[in-house]
Amino acid sequence: MDLRSVYISHTNCVTPLGFDVESNVHALEKGMSGISRQDNPALMDAPFYSGAIDDEKLNAAFVAISNGNSYTRLEKMMLLALYPVVQKAGIELTDKTAFILSTTKGNITALQHNEAVPEEAYLQGLAQNISGFFGFTSQPIVVSNACVSGILAVSVAKRMIQTGVYDHTFIVSGDEVSKFVLAGFNSFQAMSDEPCRPYSANRKGVTLGEAAAAALVTVDSNDASAKITGDGSINDANHISGPSRTGEGLVRSIESALKEAKVSADAIQYISAHGTATPFNDEMEAIAFNRTGLNEVPVNSFKGYYGHTLGASGLLETVMGLETMKHNRVYTSLGYDEPGVSQPINVIRENKDTQVDYFLKTASGFGGCNTAVVFQKIKNDR
Amino acid sequence: MTGKQYISGYCSIENNTVKLNGQEIFNVPDAAFAEFAKQLYRDMETDYPKFFKMDNLSKLSFLAAELLLKDGDNENTALLFANASSSLDTDVKFNDSISDKDNYFPSPAVFVYTLPNICLGEISIKHKLYTENSFFIFDTFNPEFFANYAAVLLNTDKAAKVLCGWVEFLNDEYRAFVYLVSVNGTIEHTPQNIQTLYLS
Amino acid sequence: MEALKQELKEKIITILNLEDIQPADINDNDALFGDGLGLDSIDALELIVMLDKDYGIKLSDPKEGRAIFQSIETMAAYITENRTK
Repeated sequence: MDLRSVYISHTNCVTPLGFDVESNVHALEKGMSGISRQDNPALMDAPFYSGAIDDEKLNAAFVAISNGNSYTRLEKMMLLALYPVVQKAGIELTDKTAFILSTTKGNITALQHNEAVPEEAYLQGLAQNISGFFGFTSQPIVVSNACVSGILAVSVAKRMIQTGVYDHTFIVSGDEVSKFVLAGFNSFQAMSDEPCRPYSANRKGVTLGEAAAAALVTVDSNDASAKITGDGSINDANHISGPSRTGEGLVRSIESALKEAKVSADAIQYISAHGTATPFNDEMEAIAFNRTGLNEVPVNSFKGYYGHTLGASGLLETVMGLETMKHNRVYTSLGYDEPGVSQPINVIRENKDTQVDYFLKTASGFGGCNTAVVFQKIKNDR
Repeated sequence: MTGKQYISGYCSIENNTVKLNGQEIFNVPDAAFAEFAKQLYRDMETDYPKFFKMDNLSKLSFLAAELLLKDGDNENTALLFANASSSLDTDVKFNDSISDKDNYFPSPAVFVYTLPNICLGEISIKHKLYTENSFFIFDTFNPEFFANYAAVLLNTDKAAKVLCGWVEFLNDEYRAFVYLVSVNGTIEHTPQNIQTLYLS
Repeated sequence: MEALKQELKEKIITILNLEDIQPADINDNDALFGDGLGLDSIDALELIVMLDKDYGIKLSDPKEGRAIFQSIETMAAYITENRTK
């Protein structure tokens, strides 16, 4: 069947480094990290590091777009992220316009011990609160696929538009740092006691973070920054929490994305990888990039700036990857010092001007999931 | 692939009853889900001890998938699953385990199941499916979306077959409806037919 | 020590959901991981929680677990030495 070209245009993000793309790029340029030490017994007994969004700043920013006070903290983050994207797009919200929300834990903080599950704790409840704000007419599509959710949402949007089911898709992705996820990652002994150091020999594990990101994926190339040329989302079939030792699912996801994009590994000029800074994840990615001939491509993990923002990470890092491509400037993989993976990869050590016309975004997560998406720069004078 | 697509098999598990292609094949009256699931697992003569480590949602999904995949050629069979309550059944259990400060022992084996897509990992591991997989959340069973997205996977050559599943589990209420979409079969792959089978 | 070993076998079977295994099937020196009982990385983390919860032993480095969880014998010896409850 004839497949349509699909583009990504307006983007936005709400992170500890700023509530718009510009301020986030500025922070990357300056090497600022959103990760800080938290002493918050309501979340965890012992102090910990995380990328936390300040409540006062969030509420102050939110007042500018709404006087509604029934929204949860995560909903405010998501609404703030999506608001300018919807405004700038100016698209009529018909049934050809989809709304995708991706998250891993949504409003998990709404769960109360010994009480019935409240409506907003259901992911569709969350999605409908966001959808209602903007007046989307199609039923929200919620993607909840562990840590690939944010980038998988882009892939799902692209595929549905490619085949003509929709013309436009607004995506919002978000997750919060909560007592729930802190306890879980801690029980996995996966938390770093300092800001995370992806790919470093000195890495000690994950730093969690919170963020929301938004984008418009569309059939319309006007205003677009990139074409989404290929994608794959293939399982490791190995273990539900440990990544594959051979990187099989990630390798196959990348191969599927490159094949569809009709480019070889040589064409890729930059990779925004997952880089959680756990020993096994980073090692698995290094193996996969070597197996796919991508070992010399400049690669970074944005986790050193934001921490692991779970279901938001894939989209947030795509947004920053698109900025990388737009400015032809790659950013330091913050926290990296000496090589800590068994196979060589080209981790970015300093901000640098370099031509980027094709970029690859990858992510991997619990359940053995992996996603890879290829973006191609398009020249737009508008 | 752009030819016609068919539903080549379907099954449901609810009220302690299993139906395969419309025929009741297994039933355990008056048993809790854990006991029912164990008996069904034994009945299928599957040897997979990790089954007993799974949470309810994964057990339900695993068993339903097993019914359709166990003797088949599952080459490039994608998994497309969805439900209404995500992993809330296990989320509530994990949340309860961290709400008492004096008895605070969060379990990693419970936490790992606080993601709905873990059941896709379990099915992929069992059947060695290095394939596309994705988990979605809807209010109610959404035949339009399932039909559209399964067709997308087939029409873009991302998969040769798609195992679709609605797998819902919350507070002992459960329902699985799983079906296989491929180029073979007699039931045409349309939202109407999917809905009819779901309600049957 | 014998009582503790029996207790550990029962606990491991219950906590790790080893449905088809009886305490008598586990020998004191059998390997728990790898080819032995076939336990995996999540099981190891779960045993760390059990040490904390039931015996008041905190392991901060999961690598320590590898030696301790070799067999029922090594676990029982370590618990006897280090238990605080």
